[in-house]
Amino acid sequence: MWERYITAASTYAHSIDHLFFLIAAMVGFWLVVAEGMLFWLVFKFRAKDGRPTQYITGDEPHLKRWISIPHTLIILCDIVIIVWAITVWYNIKQVMPPADATVRVIGQQWAWSFQQPGPDGVFDTPDDIRTVGDLHVVVDTTYHFDLMSRDVVHSFAVPAFRLKQDALPGRVITGWFRPNRVGTYDIQCTQMCGLGHALMAGRIIVETPQQHAAWLMRDSVPTAASEPASPGPAPNRSMVAQVLR
Amino acid sequence: MSTQTEHAEPGVLKKYLWSTDHKVIAMQYLFTGMAMALLGGFFAYGFRMQLGFPDHSVPGLGLITPGKYNALVTMHGSIMIFWVAMPVLIAAFGNFLIPLMVGCDDMAFPRINRLSYQVFLLSILVLLASFFVKGGPFGGAWTAYPPLSASGAYNLTPIGATLWLVAVALEFVAFLMGGINFTVTAMNSRAPGMKMYDIPILVWMIILANVIFMASVGPLIAGAIMLLFDQTMATGFYDPTRGGDPLLWQHLFWFFGHPEVYVVLLPAMGIVAEIIAVFARKKIFGYKMVLYTAWAVGFLSFVVWAHHQFVAGIDPRMANIFSITTLLISIPIAEMVFLYIATLYGGSIHLDTPMLWALGFVVEFLIGGVTGIFLGSSGTDIYLHDTYFLIAHFHYTFVPIAIIATFAGITFWYPKMFGRMLNETLGKIHFWGTIIPFNVIFIPLFITGIAGDQRRVYNYALFAEQSRPELQHLRTVSTIALLFMLAFQLIFLFNFFWSFRRGKEAGANPWRSATLEWTVPSPPPHGNFAEMPTVYRGPYEYGLPGHAEDFVPQNVPD
Repeated sequence: MWERYITAASTYAHSIDHLFFLIAAMVGFWLVVAEGMLFWLVFKFRAKDGRPTQYITGDEPHLKRWISIPHTLIILCDIVIIVWAITVWYNIKQVMPPADATVRVIGQQWAWSFQQPGPDGVFDTPDDIRTVGDLHVVVDTTYHFDLMSRDVVHSFAVPAFRLKQDALPGRVITGWFRPNRVGTYDIQCTQMCGLGHALMAGRIIVETPQQHAAWLMRDSVPTAASEPASPGPAPNRSMVAQVLR
Repeated sequence: MSTQTEHAEPGVLKKYLWSTDHKVIAMQYLFTGMAMALLGGFFAYGFRMQLGFPDHSVPGLGLITPGKYNALVTMHGSIMIFWVAMPVLIAAFGNFLIPLMVGCDDMAFPRINRLSYQVFLLSILVLLASFFVKGGPFGGAWTAYPPLSASGAYNLTPIGATLWLVAVALEFVAFLMGGINFTVTAMNSRAPGMKMYDIPILVWMIILANVIFMASVGPLIAGAIMLLFDQTMATGFYDPTRGGDPLLWQHLFWFFGHPEVYVVLLPAMGIVAEIIAVFARKKIFGYKMVLYTAWAVGFLSFVVWAHHQFVAGIDPRMANIFSITTLLISIPIAEMVFLYIATLYGGSIHLDTPMLWALGFVVEFLIGGVTGIFLGSSGTDIYLHDTYFLIAHFHYTFVPIAIIATFAGITFWYPKMFGRMLNETLGKIHFWGTIIPFNVIFIPLFITGIAGDQRRVYNYALFAEQSRPELQHLRTVSTIALLFMLAFQLIFLFNFFWSFRRGKEAGANPWRSATLEWTVPSPPPHGNFAEMPTVYRGPYEYGLPGHAEDFVPQNVPD
């Protein structure tokens, strides 16, 4: 049902989706029980002439059970959800599988730029691959990312990967993803970052190794040599300015 | 009676603007809050129109540019929480009802009470002033995360941002004064015989809300002053390039921001408890358990704040602790709701308009409660954080709190406030005309949230996954439902003002309720009680065997 609305294109997308369905089943059950009980009681105890109200304080043991048994069951449900939620969280955010590649993700008002180390595997050398807006990655490859921001708080979100992480100025935040489906997916900024917040769109292009190699061979690949290394206005600022009028 | 007639009748201005009477101050808060609700609703209309019909000129607001959109969502959030929910639920109902319910003539500190409203009014004037300054009002979201909020170079609204911050700080000052007042009044000015467990649940809830507020707001006021310094004096408390830390604000903000949810929730739960007891003709099922769960909620509300920051860049191990505490808080809340539902058992339920609102609160708040579990669970929050799923979730908590419970309270106490009954037919039309569109607004937003719509985006055109037509249809449905909901509020306004003069005479106790406010004339005279009451029993003695009437007021001797 979920995939009708949003593709799953990373290895941990399904573990988040499954946790969602587990919670949906549990809270859905309690929602139906509670709402059903409420409507049934309203229907059953509508005011009728000649039927007196029962005097109940809530201290009667045989009635208190109606609260204490659900209470205990809800604690059990909570424990199951907590354990499952923390397991999912631990595997995505607390541990990182060994990296096949690393990418720097830099947020700024209002663009995403990316830096990949290029063939030599070392950052800040002339063969670095720098792109703005588009990130090209290879399918079935584990990427570590170093996330940073040049100005305000941004949030790096790739819905198809179920990935979200805020970018904070002054810090480098690490994380990982492993795309497992070829395609082009949206990158969003999900933290209010000013006037161009809605324009801070990017794309992540998941390619086969062959496609990726072909892309690298194209002349149009911007490299460190053709791009100013220092933080400056991103090339798509003009587009932003145009949309902002 | 003698003490009241000694005073000369004050002039109109003095009576309504400079009064220390708790009932007049309550009305000041109520009408100010209602006016701000209209403004907040108008802003919602503005940005929903943009989302439902992108880039069409909106009647009354023109084309919604990104800057305008950001200002609209920021002001909608700030106003609805700080200038609608708090003044109406805590200040208006608290001021009007606490002295009447505990059986005293006025608040403990009447002049502080008056000052509280005046500072509150000042905070609104400062906020409204920000609409007319260069750069326009603040648009950096009601959470105002720095560095965006700290620097005019980033937010482009240097004056608006500062005025917003000053307005919020002034509002806190007003409510600190109010909080002291409510708590002291309820603790010290109770009628003889009213023991701790004879206090109506609503009064308890308002006290608890104020205690939570006063205990949590300090850090945020400190944070706000640091932010003000960052904005105006070029300090660097939140600037990482000068040793500051943007995360500090987030912790200070949410350390207040999450308890704030319960600050407004508890009075709403209190209103609903009073109404359910009266219209089910039932004692509250487990009165003490309701209080214990409320205390548990109040305590736990201080240790859940970082669930707003799972993916904000905090140590990921912290998320585990806050995930556990967040799910724990579902237990007392669920139990409280179960106790309310259990109260209906064996009752004699009358579905008058206030009861419809009270039951509507429980029905809708349950949806808000269970969807919170998805967000409190750190694993799913990675995806759902800051999506429309979150928006839909907290509107399923805040709309029941600030709108549904408020209407429950207004329709229930209107006869006491103004001495006349509201029109029942119009009340029911207004109820269904609000509750149905409310669900049609927010159920589609759960789906767009699952589909990945992130919040505070004025136009999804640049996002291929988000600009699919089926998602746009859902957004449009939501917007049209909002238009219906807003239109039906006109019926309420008509009913409210028409019934001032034309409503049926209410008498002292039209709902045959057992609490003390119904033992005095409607509206209550200055000084409230002709003869100070003595309390002999708890507040919910309905259907007590051996009595001719099906209720026994608190002040009737055994």
